[in-house]
Amino acid sequence: MPRNMKGYGAPRKPGEALKSLKRIVKMLFKFYPVLVPVTIFCIIFSAGVSAIPAVFVQKVTANIEEYMVTGDWSAAKQVILPKIGILIVLYFFSIISMTLYQQLMAYMTQGFLNKMRCAMFDGMQDLPISYFDTHKHGDIMSYYTNDIDTLRQLVSQSLPTLIQAGSVVLFVLAIMLYYSVWLTLVVLFGVVMIMLVSGKVGGGSAKYFIRQQQSVGRQEGFVQEMMNGQKVVKVFCHEDESQEDFDALNNALFEDSYRAHAYANILGPIIMNIGNVLYVVIAIVGGLFLVSGLKNFSISGLAFGIDIIVPFLNMTKQFTGNFNQLSQQVNSIVMAVAGAERVFALMDEKPEADEGYVTLVNAKTDENGNLIETTERTHQWAWKHPHTADGSITYTPLKGEVTMNEVDFAYVEGKTVLHDVSVFAEPGQKIAFVGATGAGKTTITNLINRFYDIADGKIRYDGININKIRKSDLRRSLGIVLQETNLFTGSVMENIRYGRLDATDEECREAAKLAGADDFISRLPEGYDTELANNGSNLSQGQRQLIAIARAAVADPPVMILDEATSSIDTRTEAIVQRGMDALMKGRTVFVIAHRLSTVQNSDVIMVLDHGRIIERGSHSKLIADKGTYYQLYTGAFELE
Amino acid sequence: MYGTLLKCVREYKKPALLTILFIVLEAIIETIIPFITANLVNSIKNGTDITFIVKTGVLLILMAAISLSCGAAAGITCAKASAGFSKNLRHDVFEKIQTFAFKNIDKFSSASLVTRLTTDVNNVQMAFMMLIRIAVRAPLMLIFAFIMAFIMGGKLAVTFVIVIPILTSGLLLIAKFAMPAFRSVFKKYDRLNESIEENVRGMRVVKGFSREEYEKKKFGTAADSICKDFTKAERIVALNGPIMQLCVYFNMAFILSVGSKIVISNMGTVIDVGQISAMLTYGMQILMQLMMLSMIYVMLTMSAESVRRLNEVLTETPSIANPENPVTEVKDGSITFTDVNFKYSEKAKKYALFDIDLEIKSGMTVGIIGGTGSSKSTLVQLIPRLYDVTVGSVKVGGVDVREYDLDTLRDSVAMVLQKNVLFSGTIKENLRWGNENATDEEIIEACKLSQADEFVASFPDGYDTMIEQGGTNVSGGQKQRLCIARALLKKPKILILDDSTSAVDTKTDALIRAGFKKYIPDTTKIIIAQRIASVQDADLILVMDNGKISAMGKHDELLQKSEIYREVYEQQTNGGDGDAA
Repeated sequence: MPRNMKGYGAPRKPGEALKSLKRIVKMLFKFYPVLVPVTIFCIIFSAGVSAIPAVFVQKVTANIEEYMVTGDWSAAKQVILPKIGILIVLYFFSIISMTLYQQLMAYMTQGFLNKMRCAMFDGMQDLPISYFDTHKHGDIMSYYTNDIDTLRQLVSQSLPTLIQAGSVVLFVLAIMLYYSVWLTLVVLFGVVMIMLVSGKVGGGSAKYFIRQQQSVGRQEGFVQEMMNGQKVVKVFCHEDESQEDFDALNNALFEDSYRAHAYANILGPIIMNIGNVLYVVIAIVGGLFLVSGLKNFSISGLAFGIDIIVPFLNMTKQFTGNFNQLSQQVNSIVMAVAGAERVFALMDEKPEADEGYVTLVNAKTDENGNLIETTERTHQWAWKHPHTADGSITYTPLKGEVTMNEVDFAYVEGKTVLHDVSVFAEPGQKIAFVGATGAGKTTITNLINRFYDIADGKIRYDGININKIRKSDLRRSLGIVLQETNLFTGSVMENIRYGRLDATDEECREAAKLAGADDFISRLPEGYDTELANNGSNLSQGQRQLIAIARAAVADPPVMILDEATSSIDTRTEAIVQRGMDALMKGRTVFVIAHRLSTVQNSDVIMVLDHGRIIERGSHSKLIADKGTYYQLYTGAFELE
Repeated sequence: MYGTLLKCVREYKKPALLTILFIVLEAIIETIIPFITANLVNSIKNGTDITFIVKTGVLLILMAAISLSCGAAAGITCAKASAGFSKNLRHDVFEKIQTFAFKNIDKFSSASLVTRLTTDVNNVQMAFMMLIRIAVRAPLMLIFAFIMAFIMGGKLAVTFVIVIPILTSGLLLIAKFAMPAFRSVFKKYDRLNESIEENVRGMRVVKGFSREEYEKKKFGTAADSICKDFTKAERIVALNGPIMQLCVYFNMAFILSVGSKIVISNMGTVIDVGQISAMLTYGMQILMQLMMLSMIYVMLTMSAESVRRLNEVLTETPSIANPENPVTEVKDGSITFTDVNFKYSEKAKKYALFDIDLEIKSGMTVGIIGGTGSSKSTLVQLIPRLYDVTVGSVKVGGVDVREYDLDTLRDSVAMVLQKNVLFSGTIKENLRWGNENATDEEIIEACKLSQADEFVASFPDGYDTMIEQGGTNVSGGQKQRLCIARALLKKPKILILDDSTSAVDTKTDALIRAGFKKYIPDTTKIIIAQRIASVQDADLILVMDNGKISAMGKHDELLQKSEIYREVYEQQTNGGDGDAA
C-alpha cells in the first residue's frame, strides 16, 4: 500500500538547512539574551582552562627532571608547588564555570523547548479549520513528539559541543603554534585528512538518518492506523495481511536504520585512528627534526627539544579527540534541522484571517430608549459596530437573524460544492436541512460560523456582514453540536462548562437537566466529578452526545447549529433529548441537520438539498403538499418497499 | 524481565557477539598503544637513532590499522545487531497484538499500543546498543587501567582510593535522585501529548466555542509545570560533568604534587617521570570508564519502564484461541443462544447479558432494538466469537462457536462494527479486505447492494479513489455503506450490522434492506438499529433492555405486547402522522 510521505521530506537545500539552524540560534538568543552569551562565555572559558594544563604539566615535568638529579625537594618545591597552585586556581574557576554553564544549559534547553512547544500550540490554535482538515493528525502530533525531541538533542548537546570542541581546537592550535609551526603544519595536514574522511562518511550517515526518519514516520502512521482498526482486522481475519504489510515497512526501517548507524559508528574509529597515525607521524617528524638539528620556527622561539615534542604529542591527541566529538554531533544536527524545518513549517502556517472589528458587548437600554454599552452582565447583548468612515459607533441588538444570499462555495478551487444557496432565518426560527450525505448540509454550517470563509457580504448575522464580525464573537453567538462528539480530559462538570467558562456549577447542572443528561450523570460513580479520559471512552456514544448538548446549552447562544447530533442516540434517549432540545430551541434561531425526518417536521422552514443546491424549501405541510423530493423521502421513511 | 526481550535477538546473535569480540580486541589494542607511544617518547628523549623510532612508528601504525578495522567492524555489526534486534522486537509485538482477542484489545488502548511499538522499542534499541558496545568494554578497560595504574604508579595509586569513592557515590546519588524525577516527568509529558492530540481532534469544538485562548492558557500552564519538573531533573543530571571534572582535576593535582615530591626526593629511584605521565593517562581512563558505567546504569533504568511495557504485551495471553481439531465448515446461518450469561471481566459485578435464550433460523432477518447500554452490541459480538460467553453456549450452524476454527467462523459471520474504520488505500483495496480475490464485478455488485456504487462511481477516480487515513475524505454515511460492501464481499452465511446505517438517510437505508431481501435471501441478517423503520419488516425483532431480551416477536406482535417497543414506535412516527394528516 502506498503511504503518505508528506512531512518527512529531507531538507531540500543545504542553504535552507543552514537557514533553519540560524533561526534556532536566533530564537535562543531572543529567548535568553543574557544567559546565552553568559553560557557561551562559560563554555569557552572552561574549554580554555582544559587546554592549559598540558602546558603546566610539561613545565612541571621539566622541573622534576631538573631537580631529580640533585634530589633536593625543598628547593624544587619552591618552583613546583606555586605552579600546581596556579593550576588548582584555574581548576577551581573551570569547575565553577562548568557547573554554571551546565546548569544554565539544563535550564535553557527545557525552557527553549517549552517556549517552542507553546509557540507551536499557540500558533496551531490560530490556524483555520482547513489546516486540520487537510493534515493528518498523526503528522501534527509528530511535530510535538519526534521533532521537538530532535531539537532537544541539538540544543542540549550538539550546540554546546560545537562551541566547546571548537574552542578547544582553537586553543590547542594556538598553543601548538606557540611551540612549533612546523609540527603544527603536520597536524593540520592530518586535520584535513580527517575532514575529508568524515565529510564522506558523515554525508552517508546523514543521508541514511534522514531516510530512517522517513521510514519511522511511515511505520508510525501505519501502526497508528492499524491499532485503531485492530477490531476490524480481527473481524475480517486480516491478521496475516496486516502483519505482512507491517513487516515490509519494518524491513525497510531496518535497512535504513542499520545503514545510518553503521556509518555513524565507523566515523569514530576512523577519526581516532587517523589521530593515532598522526601521533606517530609527529613522533617521527619530531625525532627527525631533533636528530637533524633543524631550526625551530615558533611564537615562543623555543628550540626543538624533548620538552616540545612530548606536549605536542599530547595535544595531537586532544586535537583529534575533539574532532571526534564534533563528528559525533553531525547526525543529530542533521536530524534536528529536518525536525526544525517541520516545526517551523507549522509555526509559519498562515493563521486564520480575522479582519472582524464588530464585537459583541453587554448592553442595556438607557432612559432615552437607546441601546448603550455596559460592563455589567445584563444578559442583553449588542453588536458594537464602529464605522471608520465617520468614526461613529452603532449598536445593533443581538437577535439571531441569519441570512445567506446566493452563496457559492468550493473547498478546492474548481470543485463547487454549494450552488446559489439562499437562506433567510428570522430570529427564533427553526431551519432544517435535509438531504443525502454529501449534499452540502454540513458545508452550510461551516460557512455560517466561518470555519471556511466566502466572498464578502453574502452571509449576514443581524444584518451585519459576518466577515466584519470578530470570529470569536461570531462563534460566541452560535452554539454548535457536531456530528462527531469530542470531549476533553477532565470532569463531566468541566466538560459542560466548556460552553461558558464562567458558568456556575448550578448553571451547568441546569444545562445538563435541559439536555436530559442529568439523570445518567448523577448515576455515574462520581457524578459530575467523574473524570473523562480518551474522549469519554468510558461513556456510551449517546451519553457523550448528551454531554455535548449540555455543553452547547450552557453557552446559551441566540443561534444554534445542530449537526446530525441525534443520529446515534437511541430513540428512547432521543425522546429525552428532544424534550430538552425543544426547550433549548425556544426563542433561538436553530439550524438542524438530521436524517430522521421526525426531528425536523416542526421546523419553520425545511430546505431540501441535493448536490449543493436547494431544490425545495418550505414548511413540512407545504413540502408534503408539493409531493416533491421531500414527500418521497418522507413517505420512503415509513413505507419501506 | 529482560529475558523475554532478549529472545528477539535471534538471527542477530552472531553480529551481537561479533560486536563484543571486536570491541574487546579494539580495547586491548587501545590499551597497548600508550605503551608503545611511551616507548616512542622515551626513545626520542634518549636520542635513540631514527631507525628505532621509525620501526616503533610502523608498529604503531599497524596497531592503528587493526584498531580501525576492529572499531569499524564493531560499528557495523553493532548497527546490524541493534537494528535487527529492534526489528524482531517490533515484529514480535505486532504479531502478538494480531493474536489479541477483543478483550485484550480493550485492555490496552490503541494509543498505548502505538507508543509501545514506536517509542518503547526505540528506547530498548538504544539501551541494547549501549549494552553491547560499552557494557563489556568499560569494565574491561577499567580493570586493565586499574592494574596498570597500580603497577606503574605504586604509592601514587592511593589517589584512586580517594577519588573513586567520591565519583561513584556522586554518580549514584545523581542517578538515584534524577531517575524518579525523570520517570514522573515522562509520564506527565505523555499526558501533555495526549492532551495535544485531544485538542487536534476536537479542533472544531475548540473553534466552535472560540476557546483558542482558553486552550492556550490551559496548555501553557501544563507545559510550564512540566518544564519546571524537567528542568529540575535535568539540573540534577547536569551535576555529572562537574563532579567528574572535579575528580579528574583532583587526580591531576595529586599526582603532580605528590608524584614530583616522590620522584625528586628519591632521585627517580622509586618512580620516574614516565610513570607520572602514565598515571595521568590511566587515571583519566579509570574515571572515564566509571562515567560510562554510570551512563549504562542510567540508560538501563530509564529503559526499564519501556521493557516492562513491552513485556506486558509480549506476555499477554490471548483470551480467545483456536481450539484443537477445529471445525472448518459452517453448515448454515442458524444461531442458537442457550442460557447465555456474559460479563466483560471476571471482576465485574453485573452481567452485561443474562438469561439469553434465542433461536434464529438460517436466512432469517432479525432486528434488534434497545436503548443505549442495553447490550445490543454485546449480544451480537458473541456470534463471531469476538468475546466468549461466561455461562451457556452460542451455536452457529448447530455447532458451538468455540469449536470452530476462528477464521472459518469469522469468514462465515460477517460483522459490520459500530465503530468502523476504513484504511488508507484505494476504495478497491479497502473492499478487498472482505475477499482478496474479489473480481471488479463482484466489488461493484457488493457496492450496488450496499448503495455505495452510485457515489463511488461519481468520484473522478471511481473505485481507485484514495481513502485518507481514518476515512476522513468520505462522509459518515458513505463510510458506513463502504463498510457494509466490504462485509458483503465475504459472502457470509450470517451478516451482522451493528447500527451500521445510522448516518445513512432513510431512503438509502430502505434500499439497502430491500436489496438484502432480494439478493441474499439465504444469509441470516441481524440488524441493530435505532429506527423502528429499519427493523419493522424483520422476521424477528428483539427488544433489548438492560442486558436482557425484554420482548421478541414480529412488528405487530410487539406493538401489542412490548411497551418499550410501542413507545419507541410512537415517538418516531407521532409527529409525522399529525402533520401528514
